[in-house]
Amino acid sequence: MQSQEAQRILVVPGEVVVEGDYKILTPSYVIRIDRKYIATIVGLAQIDNESKEIGVIPLEGCYIPQLEDIVIGYVVDAGLTSWELDIRAPFTATLYAVDFLGRPINPAREDLSKYLASGDTVLAKVEVFDRNRGPVVTTKGKGLGKIVRGTIVEISPVKVARVIGRKGSMHQLLASETGCEVTVARNGRILISCPNRELEDILVMAILKIEREAHIPGLTDRVKEFIIREKVRRGLIGGETKTD
Amino acid sequence: MSHTPSPGIITPKLKANTIVNMIKKGIRSSGRGLTDYRPIDVVVGYVQNADGSALVRLGNTVVVAGVKLEVGSPYPDTPNEGALIVNAEFMPAASPTFEPGPPDENAIELARVIDRALRELKAIDMSKLAIVPGRRVWIIYVDIYVLDHDGNLVDASSIATLSALLNTTLPKVEVDESGNVRVEKNIRMSPLPINHKVVTVTVAKVENVLFIDPDLDEEGVIETKLVIAVSDDSRIAGIQKSGSGGLTEAEILAALDIALKTGVSLIKTIESRVLEPTLGLSTNTLGQ
Amino acid sequence: MEKPRLIREDGLRHDGRRPDELRPVRISIGVLNKASGSALVEYGGTKVLAAVHGPREISQRHILLPDRAIIRCRYHMLSFSTHERKSPAPSRREIELSKVVRESLEPVVISEVFPRTAIDVFVEVINADGGTRTAAVTAASLALADAGIPMRDLVVAIAVGKVSGTLVLDIDEAEDMYGEADMPVAVAPSIGLITLLQLNGVLSREEFSEALKLALKGASQIYEKSREALRDRYMKVKVEE
Repeated sequence: MQSQEAQRILVVPGEVVVEGDYKILTPSYVIRIDRKYIATIVGLAQIDNESKEIGVIPLEGCYIPQLEDIVIGYVVDAGLTSWELDIRAPFTATLYAVDFLGRPINPAREDLSKYLASGDTVLAKVEVFDRNRGPVVTTKGKGLGKIVRGTIVEISPVKVARVIGRKGSMHQLLASETGCEVTVARNGRILISCPNRELEDILVMAILKIEREAHIPGLTDRVKEFIIREKVRRGLIGGETKTD
Repeated sequence: MSHTPSPGIITPKLKANTIVNMIKKGIRSSGRGLTDYRPIDVVVGYVQNADGSALVRLGNTVVVAGVKLEVGSPYPDTPNEGALIVNAEFMPAASPTFEPGPPDENAIELARVIDRALRELKAIDMSKLAIVPGRRVWIIYVDIYVLDHDGNLVDASSIATLSALLNTTLPKVEVDESGNVRVEKNIRMSPLPINHKVVTVTVAKVENVLFIDPDLDEEGVIETKLVIAVSDDSRIAGIQKSGSGGLTEAEILAALDIALKTGVSLIKTIESRVLEPTLGLSTNTLGQ
Repeated sequence: MEKPRLIREDGLRHDGRRPDELRPVRISIGVLNKASGSALVEYGGTKVLAAVHGPREISQRHILLPDRAIIRCRYHMLSFSTHERKSPAPSRREIELSKVVRESLEPVVISEVFPRTAIDVFVEVINADGGTRTAAVTAASLALADAGIPMRDLVVAIAVGKVSGTLVLDIDEAEDMYGEADMPVAVAPSIGLITLLQLNGVLSREEFSEALKLALKGASQIYEKSREALRDRYMKVKVEE
């Protein structure tokens, strides 16, 4: 049986991906005209001829919030009862003070920037998002809240799925091979916290490699080899550098 | 910067559906067919101080066009020819959606489409408009003002422009020995020399149906329109696709055939109104 | 510019092209770092850069639409892009072309995905040698694709002209200046929609049909090059070993 990756086809807008009767899994990225299925975006098309399903994974694009997404936001403004967060979406997100503080506040007596000021970083979850208003995020939940340590790596939001990998495999690989804590937010911001600077450098390079080569099959193996090779090169572990 | 326009006045969906369904059946709210213009009234010489003018009513759309002739310097690349400058303004009086200020992109587009058709067709014989060759020529200013907006401003403006140009006469000029030009505005010598007559015919598209002369309600439902300039000798003197939709090749060719047929007869109608003004409303179509 | 002999005795054009021949087309995608998407398109000596920002929130909230993104577009010529210096103030021509370029993109952009936002398209004409608006449309559509904005199809554009009585593809500045007609056409080939059509000049009905066919033929060549350029960005990524 062929691997999932081998069945992916690079498509561009206007390209007829397949003809017939299929179920569209990614409605914004595939349109149907008569019996033709046309890609609307630069991406990787996946056609399943058994289940008659078609989808396109974008290779370019901005972050579009979805309910339950974990995102990393930067505070851009503190209002009277809420903060505005840049989450790299077309809309800024709102974080209500009552949610963040867990209690009502009196705007006349309390200045919200005391708790979160412009430039602060927050790990949050998308709680509300519909067509009529911008996203609302919550910090209620395990591990959510203000981020006080670590480094943020930014990648294209459409490449996040590859950093996570199938069933979290790539994410696990990155964490176990480098010993870093890795939090992948859906909006393409990745929070990393590493035992030392060398490992942090290797992890950042590995993440950027995933972003760059996301569409090329065999990614997981290449990333694993890359991390091991870098660790050997920097004397972090012993052994021979694998060569081809 | 050009941006996707707001609908301005929202057409209620029920009303929009009714309009579209009727068009698809080939009938329109006013009872006319898909290739019928609304009634056209032309009053030439409406503005006494202009060198030529016309007030045009196309259905409930009202446009006044005026021609002013000034003596000026020729363009360097055409030293022995007159020059043409067309401008259009959508007056706030004409619609609650029009605002005072410099012409917006729609007014600029309208003026440039009419300007190009006149220019490319050589509709005006510019070679006869040199007063002192190489130095002094007639500059023809055509200014179009939309007074009441009930759709199809381009065609109404092109009808008004052609009517005003046909109504324009050149005043007497005297050139002294040192080449100074003196204009006697009160003595009219000859009509403006016209080679060709041209009008635009706007063909609108909604759900693969083509029809001409959309009124304001219809403009609220159309996907796009093709403005086609048609000459008196049945040639295409300019095209402008305008609006946010597209057309197929077959639709474009069909639109051209409609426009060519309609345009030539429209020019005849205008000629008869201009030459026999009594056929039009004689004095004042505003407020009658 | 001196008027060249537009159609030579051998039937070729003043620059040696056949009537139905394009100038060399060069396309580079993703040429800018900070824009959401960008493309540089050259038709012979015409060089046009397009940058897309967004979809994004904008300060002029009153122009936003509740059910879709708006497209904002500016066609702009650099002051030194033309023979005579162009004044930096927006000209009437630029205002009109900003509109027609935007309207050539509107039918393909799936704007409903991003309600209450703006997609901004900035077109910069760096060097003008005829066909700047058509190169602008091609560049803008590729910049939108590069920005990951869903589109029903790419839009590509090309002009057909009539010079010395002959219909010719992809006119340059001399052919535009001394020719009888200039007809820019933009098309979304996969969905069969013509999204920009202008005619500056006079044609008979027969000449028009022929001109439109010639334009569509040229557009299909540019369409292939555009698709190739979009794909190449990924096909040419080398796996680092």
